[in-house]
Parts: sequence; C-alpha cells; structure tokens
Amino acid sequence: MSDPTQKQAGLLLDEPLIFERSRPGRAGVSYPNSDKDPELILPAELLREPIAGFPEVSEPEVLRHFLRLSQWNYGTATTFYPLGSCTMKYNPVVNEVVARLDGFAGLHPLSPDDGAQGALEVILAVERILAEITGMDAVSLQPAAGAQGELTGMKMIRAYHVDRGDARRKVLIPASAHGTNPASAALCGYGTVQIEGNRIGLIEVDAVRRAMNREVAALMITNPNTLGLFEREIMQVAAVVHEQGGLVYLDGANLNALMGVAKPAHMGADVMQINLHKTFSTPHGGGGPGSGPVAVDALLEPYLPTPRVRRDANGLHWSSDFPKSIGRVRSFFGNFGMHVRALAYMLALGGDGLTQATQMAVLSANYIRRRLEGAYHLAFPATCMHECVFSDKGFEANGIKTLDIAKRLLDFGFYAPTIYFPLVVPGALMIEPTETESKETLDQFIAAMLEIAREAREEPDTLHQAPTHTPVGRLDEARAARRPVLRWQPVSPT
Amino acid sequence: MEFPEDLKYSKEHEWVLVEGNTATVGITDYAQDQLGDIVFVELPAIDDKVSKEDAFGVVESVKAVSDIYAPVSGKVLEINDDLPDNPEMLNEDPYGDGWIIKIEMNDPDELKDLMTATEYEEYVAEEKE
Repeated sequence: MSDPTQKQAGLLLDEPLIFERSRPGRAGVSYPNSDKDPELILPAELLREPIAGFPEVSEPEVLRHFLRLSQWNYGTATTFYPLGSCTMKYNPVVNEVVARLDGFAGLHPLSPDDGAQGALEVILAVERILAEITGMDAVSLQPAAGAQGELTGMKMIRAYHVDRGDARRKVLIPASAHGTNPASAALCGYGTVQIEGNRIGLIEVDAVRRAMNREVAALMITNPNTLGLFEREIMQVAAVVHEQGGLVYLDGANLNALMGVAKPAHMGADVMQINLHKTFSTPHGGGGPGSGPVAVDALLEPYLPTPRVRRDANGLHWSSDFPKSIGRVRSFFGNFGMHVRALAYMLALGGDGLTQATQMAVLSANYIRRRLEGAYHLAFPATCMHECVFSDKGFEANGIKTLDIAKRLLDFGFYAPTIYFPLVVPGALMIEPTETESKETLDQFIAAMLEIAREAREEPDTLHQAPTHTPVGRLDEARAARRPVLRWQPVSPT
Repeated sequence: MEFPEDLKYSKEHEWVLVEGNTATVGITDYAQDQLGDIVFVELPAIDDKVSKEDAFGVVESVKAVSDIYAPVSGKVLEINDDLPDNPEMLNEDPYGDGWIIKIEMNDPDELKDLMTATEYEEYVAEEKE
C-alpha cells in the first residue's frame, strides 16, 4: 500500500488566529466618517475607547478564516467516526428538518397545554416507543443526558428503599463500568463495591452472590458491557439481587446493540437510562444537547420525575399529582428538540428498521474484529456486540503505545477510536463502527489499521512522529494540561 | 524499571518508606509508567485520617484519573506541597521528589501485609501477563 496520506497534503490549509491575521487599518466594511461629533449625539455610556488588539481584517480574510476552521471539524458528516462507547451514529438530515418545523421550533415552553397538544403527543409517543423497545412500564424524558438519567434512576432507587424504611448503604458495580455509574451512586449517598469480571470479561453470578446482602440497594450493570460483550448471566445475576431485596439498574448506554432484538426488562432490569444521542441518532457532544430518558418497571413508576403527560377527556396535559415522585430533575420538559429528532428516527426506520440497525451495528463490529484480530491483540477473544476492544499489547518491543496508533490513524484520514477505556484493558483501543458505514468504508479503515500494524513492527518512528498530515502535529498533551495557555496575548510593539 | 530494595509495596502500586513510626508514601515507577504523563494531583490535608486501602488522593494523567490508596492507616503528618504545581515530579522521580504524603502510623503491624521489592517485582510481572 503506497502512502495514502500523500494526496491530501496539498489541501491542508494552515490557518492562523484571527488576531494574527490583523493588519492596522484593514477593514471589511468602510463606513463614511461621521459629520457629527459622536459625543454630541450619543449618551456617554454608549461611547467606548478603541479596543486594543481588536482584529483588523478584510471580508475575504474573515470568510476564509472561519470557513477553514469549520473545515477542520470532524464529525459523522465528514468521516468515519469509530469512537467506541460513544456511539457516533450518523444523524439523519430528516431529523433536523422535522425539528425545525415551526410548530416545534417556535413553540414556547410556557404555552398552555391546549396550545401544545402536538408536542405533548410527541413526548407521549417517544415514551411509548421507548417502553416498547425496553419492555419497561413507564418512561420520563426529563433527564438531559445519560449521566443525569443514571442519577435520576439511582434517586428513584433510593426513594424506593427509603419508602420501605430500609435505605441501604451500598451499590454493586462491575469493574468495567462507565465512571459515571459509581459517581451517580455516590451522589445518592451510596458506597460502591466493585465486582471483578472473569477471564473472558463477563460478570459471573457467583461473584455477585458473594457481594450481595441486605445492605445492597442495587446493582448497576451495563449490558452489553463496555467491552462490547453480552453479559450472559444477566438473568441469574438479576435474580440474586432481587432475592435480597435489591434492584437492578441497567445502564442503557449500549441499548443500540439490543434494540429490537432483546428487552432489558426481560433481563431483570428495574430501571435504566436511554441515551437518545446514542441509540436514537440525535446529535452528540459539544453541539448536542444530549437526552437521557429513564425507563422503569411498575415497582419504580410512582417515583418517576414530574410533571408527566396524562390523557383525559380534554386531551393531553401535564400532571404533577404523583405524591411519591422524586420531583423535577430538569427545567421544562427535558431537551424537547431531541425528543422530536428521536421520534423522527424511530418512525423513519419503523420496528423492523430499528432491529436491522442493531443487526448491522453488530455485524460491522464483528467484521472489523475478525479482520483485525490477527494484527492487533484482542482483549477478550469472543464474538462481540456493537463494538470491539483491542490493545497495544505485543508492540511493546518497538515502544509503540495505543496513543501512537490513534495518532497515526489521523494521517490516514480517520478519526481515532476511543483509547484507554475501558480501564480494565490496559492500552485499550475501542472501535465502534455503527450501522450506517458501507463495507467499502470499513475496508478502508481496516486497510489503514493493517498498514499501521505493519509500520509499528517495521518503522515504529513513523508512528512516534504521527500525525504529520494534520494542521498541527503531535501535541504535548501533558504540557497543555500542566501549563495551559488559555488566551492569545498580543506581541508587545518594540 | 526500578524497585528500590529499602521500600515496601502495596498491590495498588504505592511504595512506603518506613522511618520509625512515620511512613512516607508515593506511587511506584511501574504506576507512573502505566499512568503516563501526570497532569494533576489532589492531596489530603495535614491531620486528615487515612485508612489502609482507602483512597486518600487522586492522580490524573492524560489517559485516566486514578485514586491513590493508603497502604497503612494513620494521620497525615506532611504533604508534598510542590506536587500540585509540578505533577511531572511523579513521573520523573517517583521514589524521590515525587513522594506524596507522610503518615504517622496507627498500627505498624499493617506493614506485614505489604510486599518486599522482590515480591512486588514478581507481582508486576504477573500483572503484565
């Protein structure tokens, strides 16, 4: 394979800061001089002194500056984005069209219920579909992100135990869990007990039985787990927790590997969060915002956040008449724009389409796993679900670490996978392709990964120096964190 | 990788230097190597109580955030004030300038649960497998 990065070099336009582009006296728009003294026609508080260092640039410079910066963005709209655990699903454009319909985008959150019936129908429809997909009895769309959904779920678990006069003190959490799990439990006043996985990366019922007692309020378990593996003993594990009066919190971060195929309620879950920005294709990250609905069984339904949408003879309305509720967890009704987008996705795909999305995500991950397992160390060699976890094991002799592999992928035009998570795999490299990538894209990614494995063995310096085909090279992450330079400083005139 | 003979070691990769009833604690060369470049350290306050195997501080590297566990129980006598501004000392000199806290021990018998340099070296070799 010849160097595939070569042909991109000519398009790598460097771009200075807008301040560095500034030249005294240059302007985008020239205004005529005022024929009146501003001090005579404007109140004093509206007058200002010139701002030191304010950039002076022409219109084409401004346009190029911001357009180039926008072209440095990476997302599912530009490239394959195999960020494991995060589920960077393609965000269908139709979602955006629907969310911008005047009736949704222009709706005031304080509108009376009878002026917002359509929006309430959307909320109810999303709740019902999520209940169907998870097998749970009731849903609240209020939480604004996955971690807030977790916290909401754990608050309900606490309210349930306190209600029974048995608050309990501890929560069991597998070692492979997302860090937000112990954080959510701790915020609810629980101590956490870590459960180690076995040699094939799974939680065994015996390990849970040893840790389980009447002090334990709940088990928080992710299924499939963060290694992308299905927890095969989940039903027995849930039974052990329930026998001792505990509840099962299922972290629904990986629901996209189950949707339409298996229901968390059937696995013994009492409560779970659903990340709309993962499984249901709504936007992610900085742009987001996220949305983390909670779904519960009948046991926990009385504790759901309020207000909740109810239907009576006059149509839909908000009700807060739920005396055991933990109350409101988010202003207004959660991130409503995300509920609209998720509903657009659900209805566009339909039940069969959602099932097929799950199947394709699992197929794509296993295709990558099989094609790469000869070249990279597979942390737990087994059929995976929607993501697969490799590591840098085996490259130690050449001083190659996961970070080097990730940086080199940028040279090949791919966003790097998640690295160094989950923590149970030293040097983890976690790949999640999602369901929408073509076989051609997967093959290009695989070819890049195989070439990088060859380089790691034969020319390790290429990896140590990577990336070389990006606007900036290898950044000193440690120095950036230890001695951050938080703003541009003008060079003082000499 | 260094494993100084005069130190004791915990399974959580802390080292202990015993001088009378005082235990100086840091993280091992292996621990700093696994963590990578450390960018942030959170220390306890002087006179805080620490319990064996409970977390007393936090180190954050470019890769991950990890708790630091007390290898013995007691009271914090001294903390390394230079560390928060110079977390790289944990990488550059984990057994020297990178020491973290000094503990006045409650029960020197707890030292029996720690490993010798040779035992710890074997423990690390197994963990790498």
